[in-house]
Amino acid sequence: MPSFIDHIIGPRVDQSDLQRHGMKYGAPGFLLLIARVLLLVAIFVPFWHMELVAPQYPNNLQLTAYVNHLAGDVDEINSLNHYIGMRPLEEAAQIERSVGVYVLILFVVMLEFAGYIHSRWAVLLVLPVLTFPGVFLIDLYLWMSHFGMNLDPSAPLSNSVDPFVPPILGSGFIGQFETISSAGPGLILSTMASVVMVVALYFHRRAYLPLVKAQRSAAKSNSNPE
Amino acid sequence: MALTRFGSKLVLVAGLVALGTASTAMAQSMNDVEKAAKERGLTTQDLLAAAKTYTPTGMKDEYVIMSSGGHSGQVFVIGVPSMRMLRSIAVFTPESWQGYGFGVGNEILDEGNVMGKENRWGDTHHPALSETNGDYDGDWLFVNDKSNARMAVIDLRDFETKQIIKNPLFINDHGGAFVTPNTDYVFETAQYNVPWGADYSPMSKYKENFRGAVTMWKFDREAGRIDKNKSFAIELPPYWQDIADCGKLVSDGYFFLNSINTELAVGGIGDPGERKPPFEAGVSMNATDYLHIINWKKAEKLFEAGKYSMIKGFPVISLEDAIADGLLHVTPEPRSPHGVDVTPKGDFIVVSGKLDPHTTVYSFDKIKNAIANKTYSGHDEFGVPVLDFDAVMEAQVEVGLGPLHTQFGPDGYAYTSLFLDSAVARWTLGGSYGDLNPEPDWTLVQKTPVHYNIGHLGVAEGDTVSPDGKFLVAYNKWSVDRFIGTGPLLPQNFQLLDISEQGTNMPVIYDMPMGVGEPHYAQIIKADKLHPWAVYPEIGWDPMTQAVDPWAPRPKMERVERKGEHEVEVFMTAVRSHFTPEHVTVKQGDKVTWRITNTERAVDATHGFSIPVYNITLSLEPGETATVEFIADTAGTFPFYCTEFCSALHLEMMGYLMVEPNE
Repeated sequence: MPSFIDHIIGPRVDQSDLQRHGMKYGAPGFLLLIARVLLLVAIFVPFWHMELVAPQYPNNLQLTAYVNHLAGDVDEINSLNHYIGMRPLEEAAQIERSVGVYVLILFVVMLEFAGYIHSRWAVLLVLPVLTFPGVFLIDLYLWMSHFGMNLDPSAPLSNSVDPFVPPILGSGFIGQFETISSAGPGLILSTMASVVMVVALYFHRRAYLPLVKAQRSAAKSNSNPE
Repeated sequence: MALTRFGSKLVLVAGLVALGTASTAMAQSMNDVEKAAKERGLTTQDLLAAAKTYTPTGMKDEYVIMSSGGHSGQVFVIGVPSMRMLRSIAVFTPESWQGYGFGVGNEILDEGNVMGKENRWGDTHHPALSETNGDYDGDWLFVNDKSNARMAVIDLRDFETKQIIKNPLFINDHGGAFVTPNTDYVFETAQYNVPWGADYSPMSKYKENFRGAVTMWKFDREAGRIDKNKSFAIELPPYWQDIADCGKLVSDGYFFLNSINTELAVGGIGDPGERKPPFEAGVSMNATDYLHIINWKKAEKLFEAGKYSMIKGFPVISLEDAIADGLLHVTPEPRSPHGVDVTPKGDFIVVSGKLDPHTTVYSFDKIKNAIANKTYSGHDEFGVPVLDFDAVMEAQVEVGLGPLHTQFGPDGYAYTSLFLDSAVARWTLGGSYGDLNPEPDWTLVQKTPVHYNIGHLGVAEGDTVSPDGKFLVAYNKWSVDRFIGTGPLLPQNFQLLDISEQGTNMPVIYDMPMGVGEPHYAQIIKADKLHPWAVYPEIGWDPMTQAVDPWAPRPKMERVERKGEHEVEVFMTAVRSHFTPEHVTVKQGDKVTWRITNTERAVDATHGFSIPVYNITLSLEPGETATVEFIADTAGTFPFYCTEFCSALHLEMMGYLMVEPNE
């Protein structure tokens, strides 16, 4: 009878089988490797970008979110935001930014492990990574709405600006500014990684489900001898 | 159908105009240009001039003029070819827009105090850009004050004055500032002579007591300051030493300096008793004056060897030693000369005597030979050897009446201002420059009238080892009828000439009224050589030290701190659109040290800061920290506010200084 660990990591592939169907068994692991590389690169590049366009800023104002820090004209945007009573941008998503890099590294490790697991449990390791881009956007939206909807009522221009949530993707208007938000290469890479992961899971299922089934039926026949 | 000459030029103009206004050009046509030109009475030539100078919004100039401001005591920065004034730089005169001399900059202005007296104006004459290997490097600018013999250092990272240094020996200079090819030294020469340190002497003792001199100010690039301890002067005969130029390349190590009043005239028209000629006649009697030829590298060695005496606390190489060491020679030059200008390769020296229609060209080779062979025509009355004129003269070119100053183009042309003719002369150099243009050597090519009474002129990089040509600016003294009347005091007229074509075509293409000062000389530098800061590098920057001030107030650390019974320190920040703190309460008689930082990082987010009654107004550029000190001796309620229109809530950017009265 297979141990609990064996049950989790699923059936191993027979050496001769592996030689004959290298592609079949190699595909999921290879695809997950691609996803890992994509995520590793994403650590170093912007995830999200907002451009603020106004007449007195010929080069526009830029706000760029990396997985661990904010870049661009943060001071200038903060100094403008104080007029409407918005809190300084650094105060948003502090925890997320402090752990961001480690989480992505953990994701990479999880995908590596997922490659060794030939059972449905692999999904458990892949799923958090797969949903990451969506979680990122939801988190971003929640912070934006939290900041945009909770303006200091004693701010200089609080009477002339209603609480607002700028679009996290696409364009909107606030005061004389047009805001243009877009996904950065990091978000695009991690989304691509998610797509690759879905494909990887498909090939994973195709390669290993028959083995799991075979193992199960073998186990059944072992425990119920005719 | 062939285009007429007029038409083809118009097409060119339209093309250029279209480039500048791409967004609206679609709806416009040649007819519109012709119509607009007709309505304003503009000729094809005018339209061409417009096309060469008109600078649509956003387009930047190719060159920058660094102009003296004359007795406004300032320096002006102007773009070429647009001829738009970019800014002024306060130097010897307090200026409230820049917040110079109203709480900040006072210590610089105080360095320029004269004999213990405040002098809060200057007569800036000859700005000199710092050079590396004889070419402008865009780092520093020096300018002299004729009225009190002072030199100022301007840092071109922030275009602000950093130092004023008073010459301890003389009280008036004209020949300054001139830099050596690597800006080791900045030269300043006395003009209206006085006894050392402007001590008292009756005019009857002129020859005995009055002194001429040239000061070699050592410039320390690292520190960005003139180092007085490594500077010295060379005593010269009591002629009026005038304008000068440093040798370069082959003549590097030499300094050429002309003079007037070799007559030693003392003036005295209107004195009771004996009738004496006025200065204007007295100094113009001799047919020639003396061009001084100074080997400054020899002088430097003499100074380093300790062969000087201390006069008024300043090292001076005596005239005797200068003669004995062979570092000083003179040679005759046409009388009452004004400009002396060294050609780009350093091989010729051009002198214009304003009362002689010729420019006189000396060969540096011949000068060197004459010095080596002691080809003297005699000695002057102070024992200075006089090099034989015919032995050192290369050519004389008749250019016109009242020649003053000369600059050079890249194509073997020299340009000389003609004060009396009100014209700019283009003439050809000979020697190795001869092949650069089609005209014969040493001849006048063209004279373009200017309006009016031109003093100096400037050619783009025209006094460096590699002149650019292209543009020439005539710094005209009178404008007479060129502009709308503004009362009896008229602006000067800076006229831009297009000198890009060889030969006789060098038209005036723009007039710029200069209504804020009376500039003398100006240099024209390629704009891309300047690398000014857009904002100060870090928050808390002290422009005096060009470093972060450890005491600079920072966000969240603002406070009013009582240091002692009668001392208060204020740590304040300024950011759109508030000061923190907004209430500052002190007691009458407190000594207040008020530190304030502009914490902005946005380009152009300058804040002003002004306190009424106490005569304080500052300009705080992004990142800048300033410290002002005053005794709060007047009790009352004083609103301080931001004087720069910084933001929509600029009006609200204010606070109160409350000075509690003593019981």
